[in-house]
Amino acid sequence: MNQANKLLMLIVVFGLIALAPMLITQESLLNIVIMTLYAALLGQAWNILGGYGGQVSFGHAAYFGTGAYAVAVLQVQFGINPWLGLVVGGFAAAAVGAFIGFCTFRYGLRGSYFALVTLAFAEVLRILSNSVDFTGAGVGLLIPLERSAANFQFASKEGFFWVIWAMTFAAFLTVWKIGNSRFGAQLMAVRDNEDAARALGVDAFRVKMGAIMLSGFFAGLAGVFYAQYFLYLDPHIAYGAAISVESLLVPIIGGMGTLFGPLLGAAFLHGLSELSRAVIGDAPGISLVLYGVLLVVMVLFVPRGLAGLASHLRSGKPAESRVEEGKGHA
Amino acid sequence: MLEINALCKSFGGVQASQSVTMTVPQGGITSLIGPNGAGKTTLFALITGFHTPDSGSVRFLGQDITCLPPEAIATRGMIRTFQTVQPFAGQTVRENIAVGAHLKIRGRTEALAKAEDVARQVGLGDRLDMDAGSLTVAGRKRLEVARALATDPKMILFDEVLAGLNPSEIRDVIPVINTIRDAGVTILLIEHVMQAVMSLSDYTWVLNQGAIIAEGPPREVVSDPHVIEAYLGKGMAERIAKREAASA
Repeated sequence: MNQANKLLMLIVVFGLIALAPMLITQESLLNIVIMTLYAALLGQAWNILGGYGGQVSFGHAAYFGTGAYAVAVLQVQFGINPWLGLVVGGFAAAAVGAFIGFCTFRYGLRGSYFALVTLAFAEVLRILSNSVDFTGAGVGLLIPLERSAANFQFASKEGFFWVIWAMTFAAFLTVWKIGNSRFGAQLMAVRDNEDAARALGVDAFRVKMGAIMLSGFFAGLAGVFYAQYFLYLDPHIAYGAAISVESLLVPIIGGMGTLFGPLLGAAFLHGLSELSRAVIGDAPGISLVLYGVLLVVMVLFVPRGLAGLASHLRSGKPAESRVEEGKGHA
Repeated sequence: MLEINALCKSFGGVQASQSVTMTVPQGGITSLIGPNGAGKTTLFALITGFHTPDSGSVRFLGQDITCLPPEAIATRGMIRTFQTVQPFAGQTVRENIAVGAHLKIRGRTEALAKAEDVARQVGLGDRLDMDAGSLTVAGRKRLEVARALATDPKMILFDEVLAGLNPSEIRDVIPVINTIRDAGVTILLIEHVMQAVMSLSDYTWVLNQGAIIAEGPPREVVSDPHVIEAYLGKGMAERIAKREAASA
């Protein structure tokens, strides 16, 4: 699929999703669509750094939580409008990304070392938010209920739908642009072979910094949305491992480094968890067990994710792992 | 164009580069030869910023580039290729070459067009949409050359670009290198294929155990007794000379 066709397909897909509020009248069903879009946003954020940049992060909760806390703290402690908080949250998360990126990429941390450090940063933030007062510490923050669009709290789910639809669409357009730009070409070159990229004049540090800030920004937006949607935050929700896991699971299942992967992954995961709830009931932890099994199966048999599977089925070739192809050199 | 002055580098107790001093003039092809483990690739890595030297300096186009990172050196117009080819596997040949083209070109469309031109130039025109990871060794070597060329360099350092190729593939690649030289790009190559060294290069430097032991036009260098001994062992130069004297 060439870049122009991808853009067209992206517009068509989001156009179809935009019909959801018209077709779906049941609030609980619309909620599933909203949560799927939210997961796609979070997954796409991770995908920028992990899928396109090859820097696997285990700590995307650091950005998510920063976005969420930014909007919540500004409202609760300072009475600042959450729409402004949305902007602040995005940029605050990007700043956290810049800090973590600077600390890790400066010293050439790659692969599992990078992953572990990101995990540690998210944990540090969780413990910090658990121990200072202005985040509400362990009790958490309750955003006062004040339903109005001007207050980023909508009376119906439809309002939230449009906000998350727009943010997710923006994230996907950004990623389309990445796939079609010098920055993206350099980012993917760094992912596939950092030394070769540097030999061709790619400033790997600068490129990775760009990716982690962009990734942090969108994860921060997802955090802001979460805070406004549920109106409650505590350190475990904002900076907990569950968010980090979800943000990497979605693109890995959908297809890392692909434009549509996070959307496929989000739809698949949410479909699965709804199905499991219907079949098995709401046993605590059952979705985590399923996620774990799914991750193992995907990594073993479909390492390029659903998007990779789809493109291979179309071209009639067996799904191969890129890692394996990369090994066969010289 | 390139001046290396008293460059030293050791890894633990191994002196990989012992006060190497050499120069590469603008234009033409200079070669760097030496037995295995002589420190040729290390010298390349030192010149292009992948290793930092313990002492000594590297000057490129009159400017000091010692200790600059690889990307800064590449931006100044000096590009290296790798002995073990390093394709961006999973990306197409066109996308691979475009990474090089992006050094000078911002626009994606223009960079892809440039990649296509360069691919034709090195004989990859028919494999533009192939996954770079599925190229043959000869194809990957060409890809290395193409990526370097796409950056519009002033100088290219080829690290054994002919190694692992069969004689007919070597015959195909040599004209490509000649074309690059004719386009005004200065070339420094590390090579083991003597046929290529003799036919391509104007001047040769010989490295052994991290030190330059000979320099000169390739025909003179290969008959230098120090060079013969470095390759074949102590006393060999004398024995060959004796045998030649006897047969004369």
